[in-house]
Parts: sequence; C-alpha cells; structure tokens
Amino acid sequence: MFDLDLWREIFQSINKNRTRSLLSGFTIAFAILLFTILFGIANGLQNTFKQAFVDDAKNSITIFTGRTTKAHNGLQAGRRIRLKNEDYDYVGEEFDSKIQYQTARIYRNTLASYKNESNTYDLRAVHPDHQFLEKTLIIDGRYINQNDLKNKTKVAVIGRLVEEDLFIKTEALGKYINLGGVQYKVVGVFRDDGGDNEERIIYMPVTTAQMIYGNNDYIDQIKIGYNPELDYDQAIAFGNLLTRKLKTRFDVARDDQRAIRVMNMAEATKSVNAMTVGLGIIILVIGFGTLIAGVVGISNIMIFIVKERTKEIGIRKALGASPKSIVSIILIEAILITAIAGYMGLLIGFGVLELVGPSLEAYFIKDPGVSNTLVIGATMTLIVAGAIAGYIPAKKASKIKPIIALRND
Amino acid sequence: MLKISDLHKSYAIGDSSLHVLKGIDLSVEEGEMVAIMGSSGSGKSTLLNIIGMLDIADSGEYILDGLPIDNLTEKKAAVYRNKFLGFIFQSFNLINYKNALENVALPLYYQGLKRKKRQELGMFHLGKVGLADWAEHLPKELSGGQKQRVAIARALAANPKLLLADEPTGALDTKTSYEIMEFIQQLNDEGKTILMVTHEEDIANMCKRIVRLRDGVIMEDKKVNQVRASQYV
Repeated sequence: MFDLDLWREIFQSINKNRTRSLLSGFTIAFAILLFTILFGIANGLQNTFKQAFVDDAKNSITIFTGRTTKAHNGLQAGRRIRLKNEDYDYVGEEFDSKIQYQTARIYRNTLASYKNESNTYDLRAVHPDHQFLEKTLIIDGRYINQNDLKNKTKVAVIGRLVEEDLFIKTEALGKYINLGGVQYKVVGVFRDDGGDNEERIIYMPVTTAQMIYGNNDYIDQIKIGYNPELDYDQAIAFGNLLTRKLKTRFDVARDDQRAIRVMNMAEATKSVNAMTVGLGIIILVIGFGTLIAGVVGISNIMIFIVKERTKEIGIRKALGASPKSIVSIILIEAILITAIAGYMGLLIGFGVLELVGPSLEAYFIKDPGVSNTLVIGATMTLIVAGAIAGYIPAKKASKIKPIIALRND
Repeated sequence: MLKISDLHKSYAIGDSSLHVLKGIDLSVEEGEMVAIMGSSGSGKSTLLNIIGMLDIADSGEYILDGLPIDNLTEKKAAVYRNKFLGFIFQSFNLINYKNALENVALPLYYQGLKRKKRQELGMFHLGKVGLADWAEHLPKELSGGQKQRVAIARALAANPKLLLADEPTGALDTKTSYEIMEFIQQLNDEGKTILMVTHEEDIANMCKRIVRLRDGVIMEDKKVNQVRASQYV
C-alpha cells in the first residue's frame, strides 16, 4: 500500500533536517565507498596473481638442456646436451602413470607470408598435447593431430594476430601460408589469454619440422603435464626424480645446474596458492571489517536520531499518532537514507576504481573491481542492519509515554 | 462530561515510591472552565496528564463523555487522544521543522483526513486565532504568544470535546498571557469545555471554577466569578 501522506511526512523530515540526513548518509556512503574500493583493490591483486599463471597449465614441467659446466664420468665440461625423440619416448615410458600430457617443442623463427603481406614470427613444432599444456584456445578449425605427426603433413595452426596481420580481408583457414619458402595449409586459428605475444605464434607438427629443418631428430624442450592427482609435494618429488634420471641418462654431474634443467610449475603454484589463500583471507577481513564498521555507524546514528526526535515523537503521540505510525516514520526514513546513500557510495566507489584502476597496474593491481551482486549484497546488509538498528530504538520510542517524551526539553 | 472517582497514582523513585494522587474525585460538566491549582508537587500536572491519557492511573475510575477510560493500550489511547482531546502546553510543543499550518494540520493527518481537507481546516483554525497570514512561517519565526496561538489552533483542529491546558501562560509575559486567556475564554464562551493547570491566581480567576490540590488531595473546589481577560487587553 502506497501512502502518499506518509512519504510526504518522511521527505519533509529528511529535507528539513538536512544536517542530520547528510551526516547519516555520509557515514553510509563512506562505508560502502570504502568497501567497494578496498574489495576492488584486493580483487585486483588477486587478478594479478591469477593472470601471471593463466598462460600455462598449472601442472606443467618443462625440461631444457644446455652445456655441461662440470666434467663427469671422464666427459669434459662444455659438452652440449641435446634432447632427441628417443629421450621424449623414454620420459613417456618411464613415467607413464605420472604423466597426463606430453609434448616436444622445437623453436624456430620464421618469415611468414601470404600474398603481399609478410612478417617474422615464432614457430613452435609440437605434439597434439601441447594445446592443453599451453591452454591454447582454438577459435577456428583444429589443432595439430596424430595424423599430422604420422604423415609429417605440412599444416600450420596460426595465432589470431597472425591471421589479422597477414590475411587481410579474408579467412586464413584452408589457405596456404608460406613459412621460409615452404607452403603450409592453415588448419586452425587460436586464441591465448597469455597476451598479444602468445597470439603471434605459429604451430606445426614436430615431425614435419624435424624433416624440414635439417632432417634430424633433435628437439629443444620436453614439456609434460603431470597427473593432476599428484599433490604438490608428490609433484615436486616427481620433478626431482625426473631430473636425477635424466642426469644419469646423459652422464651429467648431479650438481650441474646448466646441462639439464627441469622447471616444475608445482613449486611456483604451491606458493601462489598459499598467496591466494592469504589474499582471500585479507579480502574477507576487509569486507567484514568495513561492513561491521558501517553497521555500527548506522546503529549509532539511529540511536542518535531517535534520541533527537524523542520530543517530536511525544508531540505526535499527544496528537494521536499510533505507535505503529511512529515506528514506520522513523524506520522508512532510515531505510531510505541508507539505500540512497549506499547507492551513491557504490557509484562513487565504481567511479574511483574505474578512474584510478588502470594506473594501479604498476603496483600489481590489475583490473580492480567488484561484482555488482557483492556490492548490492553489502548495501542490502547495511539497509537491513540500519533497519534492525533503527527498529529497536524506534520501537522503544513508540512506547515512551508521551508525557515523558514531552518533559524531555 | 468528565467523571473521576478515587483516582490514585504513585511514581517509583529509586526504591521508595511517591504517592502523588491520593484518591481524587472530580466531575466536570460540559461547557465548564476549570482551573486546577496547587503548588509544585501537589499532583496537578499528574492529574491533567491522566485526564489527557498521556499517563495512566494506578487505580480509580475515569469516565470521559460516558466512555470508561480503562485498559488503555497505546493504540487505543492514541485514538482517544486524537478524537476527544486537545492539548495546550506551557512550552507550546510545536514541531520545529513544520510551518504553522502544517503544525495545525498534524492532528488531522492522524485522523486520516485528505490533504486538501487538512489544509482547508488548518487554515480555518489558523484564521480563528488570527494567524492566517503566518501560515507559512516556522515556529522559530513566531513570538511566544503567536506560538501559543498556533498551538491552540492545533488543539482545536481536531474538534475535541475537551481542551486541556498545562500552564498555557507559563512561558509568556503578563500582557500576552491575558491575550491568550481572552482567547481561551472566547473558546469557552463558544461551548468548549476547558481544563487548565496553573499556579497563577490571576489566571485561575479568569476561569469559572477553581480546584485546589495539595499533597495529592483536593483541598478546595469552588465556583468563582469569572474575571474577563478582555478588560486588561
């Protein structure tokens, strides 16, 4: 039921007691503003951490090789260690149960051209599993598959930006792209969340690359995704075991850090996860802290307002106001102020985040922001708290004998 | 019009209790103008508050216009106050952020009247107290006498059976007091029943009957020859 007169009374009361209304509104707006900004910044921090690891699968282990730095088993220092197909197979067979994905990688730099457009790009020759380890998202066509490997087909999967650069006003899929003088059929186009550089890459089957570039069986890296059922400690132990086995296989000293290197994401992920949990706790503390401060603020204001209006309440009761009308006039005013002020604080908070957000990236705060649901939830909480905080003193005030309220000068 | 018998009221003060009204019997006929007198602490204000349903008696009978006033819930009291009673206070008790007209119209709001009707009636009663031109003014822009006239207009607005005044001239100078009294006498002439608490003899003598209280009992209850306030104005 919409009671126009009641609302008129409430708006008059808000309007004529501007200092009181503004002060209480300010408290609430400020609480919501703080909540939005702090939460936004905390979210931004978390985004930075997530972003840093969004590029690759969290369970990846990468094996690199270099030159030996120590003499070992009668072999001189400075020997170049190179991975071959047989090493790739060895890793796969030896650790089969601990591996989810496995791929080799060969790096090249290539001049790519289509019609009159040309540019240099990173070229990666890989196995099909590479797609999952690198989190490559196919937007058109397909990725490298087993048939490509077996038949050494001349196919390429190109990044979104490669297509944008070279294939002006046409689709790349199905066209032939020239890579260092050889024509490759484009069978897929991909996207990657790792940034622009990750989308200026061309993939081809590892077997094709070995045939074209030197007709050998060398590979530059082996990348594996360990079985996700392994926990962090097991994964780290697996990485260490892998390192030891490979060092033995290549006759490399145990303490030679350069010849064979194994980069295990489990180690980084473990510390990042701990960090994320820590951040999560900080966010919760900040959120609850500001909310509680806001609730306490509103409660204080409501008690003060009812105190200030005691005499008015007495007058109204003497003139025939029912207790119910007293409660509703005070409560609705409180809820109205809280809702409007909360909404303003929310808008200002969003505005501030929008404005200063981009300049915060240097401080590891990326895309600071809060979800609408969260902030509206917070505002609702404040409104409900304001209503409860207001209801108790309002109810009390409505029960004051008018004679006592009137004596209150 | 009004009949009270064997009314008792005490207040708890710390551990002990203060017996303020010790068996009051009083009846007032329609059209009377009664002054209740007594020194401070005699119980006169308490009596008025109980009659005004702003306070509740411990025991005793109170019948207003044939209606027994007992088992008062807050809600019932609010309805009765609104329908039967008009209040005039020493400190005027206007709502400071409402203008004169809005103050006068407030009891009509609680009667559930339409806004237009409230404005109309409010203006009529403001006109009756001679403040039609001041309708838009806030209480702080009015003199003490004007404020009390606004308060009287407000008390009249709901067309009550009984007008209760608690030291209506207590905060006013003599001249203004007489002006207000002249006005209250006029209301009485028109037939309104008026009950007034005062401790000033001259004001009391402008009523038609004086009830004197001391220590919670009625010492004296006599009719007096009304002194017309108009002769002093």
